[in-house]
Parts: sequence; structure tokens; C-alpha cells
Amino acid sequence: MTRQIKAVSLISGGLDSLLATKVIMEQGVHVEGINFYTGFCVEGHTHAIRKKDQAKPKRNNALWVAEQLGIKLHIIDVIEEYKDVLINPKYGYGANMNPCHDCKTFMVRKAHEWIEEKGFDFIITGEVVGQRPMSQRKDTMPVIARESGAGERLLRPLCAQHLPPTLPEHEGWVNREQLHDFHGRSRKPQMALAAHYGFEEYAQPAGGCCFLTDENYSKKLVDLWDARGSKEYEMDDIMLLKVGRHIRPSEHFKLIIAREEGEVNFMQGYRNRFISIKTTSHSGPLVLVDGEPSEEDLQLAARISARYSKGKLAEAVELEVCRPNEEARNVTVKPMSVAEIPESWYV
Amino acid sequence: MAKYELDATGLLCPMPVIKTQDRVEELEEGDTLEVLCTDPGALNDVTAWCRINGHKVIDARREDSQVIIHLEVMR
Repeated sequence: MTRQIKAVSLISGGLDSLLATKVIMEQGVHVEGINFYTGFCVEGHTHAIRKKDQAKPKRNNALWVAEQLGIKLHIIDVIEEYKDVLINPKYGYGANMNPCHDCKTFMVRKAHEWIEEKGFDFIITGEVVGQRPMSQRKDTMPVIARESGAGERLLRPLCAQHLPPTLPEHEGWVNREQLHDFHGRSRKPQMALAAHYGFEEYAQPAGGCCFLTDENYSKKLVDLWDARGSKEYEMDDIMLLKVGRHIRPSEHFKLIIAREEGEVNFMQGYRNRFISIKTTSHSGPLVLVDGEPSEEDLQLAARISARYSKGKLAEAVELEVCRPNEEARNVTVKPMSVAEIPESWYV
Repeated sequence: MAKYELDATGLLCPMPVIKTQDRVEELEEGDTLEVLCTDPGALNDVTAWCRINGHKVIDARREDSQVIIHLEVMR
């Protein structure tokens, strides 16, 4: 009896990994999906925090893709291990704080460990030669295969015909002729293949599925690192970089000001870990204060908070300042004017 | 067959799914698990995870600000 060949596919939730997986499933290989959660993944839910994004479906795209394919999906929490990838990338960062080359190597290495533990035969990714400037180049793709430890067990079905044959091809587990020769940044071949398989709906996020490719997010991350003098971070830090208007009057504290109701609801969950400020005499946003502000700093924070309330033109605005696990106290301040807030404070 | 609960409140997607996945891994066939979440997206995601991994969703509902998913482990 022939042994069932098994592969694990790195599922990001985008079109390429969906197609790459389908191509291999069509060849009779048993495929299961794997998805790594770094903390920087752009999920439907974090998009959905803001009202303007609420038309987007509230779903995890990787789970949705797995369901379309009818395969199991294993979601792995790599938040802690990923810190080293982001803090010390051997190949540096891309246009923003995206360590794409090191990230792909890390994920393929984790997938390789997984297949060794579970007795699977090879790994699939949706990579396409020439599609991304750091990790998906003809010269870097073999480096990722080698440095991840996966070597010949890493198959890229969408562009395999541009690359040397891998173990699944040598062994006859898959037919190389039925793999593809996609290359470059055009999405037309993928869209044609999606139509061929009958996939009508799929996610195609610009810049991929990672917040680290976003310029504004990256600026906030660099600001956090600079202010602390260290690249260390916790989950709360990176989640809060996804929301609010960030204003840093000083290295030792910054304000995170909710811009709308969705962000207020999200930030409410952090009031037990951060100093919070809320206008009481007028309607106004929830503000979290990150860092170690003095009492004088908190007065300044209250004045900035008041500027973003409906009382911004009033002579005096009352606010509630609350430290975690302490009674809230009331303060009255004159709101700062726009001109008083230096441009350099806006992160 | 035993009944278990999992508190995934305060966690954002995909953490409620990861916590559910890790807890189910430790359970036996026929055991039931009630997962409490506050992320509204968990209603879709935890149930989707159950469907693709072959576990039975007994009940999934929203109650005030919470999402509650009651599942049965199938092997």
C-alpha cells in the first residue's frame, strides 16, 4: 500500500498561500495548514476596531482560507520567539520595520520543526520569485531554504519551475510539470488560477498581512524603542501601537488618544494597566498615558486631552485622571491650543 | 466525558482560537469545553476552527458583551 504523502502549508490568509495549497492538494497530497501569530499580524478584528474599517469582514483570514480548502489549520503563538527576529534581523529591515527575509526564514524553520515532530514530508509556501523585494527574490529564496534547515523539503508550487527541483519533485511525490512558473509583481496569473479553481473571494491586503510593513505603525514602534532606549517590547505595547493618536511630549511618557468609539471600546480594556484620562465636563476621548509621568506631566497630559474634547475652546475643562487600581481624581485645566502642541510631539 | 471551561476574555483574535486549540489538545473525545470571550470576532473564528478541525459546536452565542462557545471534542 502506498504511503500517504503529507505536507504542511504556511497559510497567511492571502491568495498566494491559498493557491499554492490547492495546487498540491490537487496532486493527491494530504495538506494541513500552519499559521504563525507574531503579534503583528493584520487581522480582520484589529482592522475592525476603527469604524471606517467595519465594512471589512470580522474574520481570521487564515481560518477562512483553511475552511475554503477543507484542511486543518494549526495556529501557533510565536510572540516571544519572534522578538529576536524583529530586534536582531540578520538581513535588516525593508522599507519600514519589516524584517521580511529573517521572518520568512524563521517561519519556514518553525514549520520544519513541526513537520519533523509530526512526521510530515515537506513544506509549502505561496512565495513567488520576484514578488517581494526582500524575501521573494531568486537569490534569497535558496538562502531561506538553506538557513531555515528545510532545504529540499521546501516547495514553492507557484514558481517551482523557476527554481531547482526539490525533494517532493525528485521523489515523485508531486509532478513538477503541474507546478507553476509565476514570477514578478503581476497578480494576473494568480487571479486566473483563482478563477480556474472557482475562488471568487479572497483577501489581498496591500503590503501583505503584517503591521511592520506599514509606515505609520513602524514610526510608532521606532518612537517606542527610542524613548525607552531599548528594543524590548510587550504584547500590550504592540497592540496599542495599532490604535489612537500618539503624542509624545517627553521621552518618559506619551499619550494615546482614542479617535473614535471603536478605539475607546478597545482601549477601555487597558485602563487597569495604564493611567487613563477622561473629560467629564464635556464629551471627549479616552486617553491612556504610557510611561512614568510626574504629577506635572499629568497636568500637561490633561491639558492635551482637553484639547481633543468638545471643550477645546472653553476656559476650563474638568477631567478624571485615574491610575490603575486607584480612585480617580478630578482635575480642572485650560485646554492647550493647537499652536501650543509642537509638531514634533505627534508620533 | 468531562466538562471544562476556558476563560479567553480580554484576548483579541487569534488568541482565543489559540487558547481553545491548546486546551482541546489536552482533552479526550466527548469532553465538552465552554469558551468565554470578549472579542466579538471569536464567535466566527472559534466556531470556524471547530468546523475545520472536526469538533462539534454545541452552542455559540453572544450574551451582553461576551461571546460563549460550547464545543464537544471529537477525535
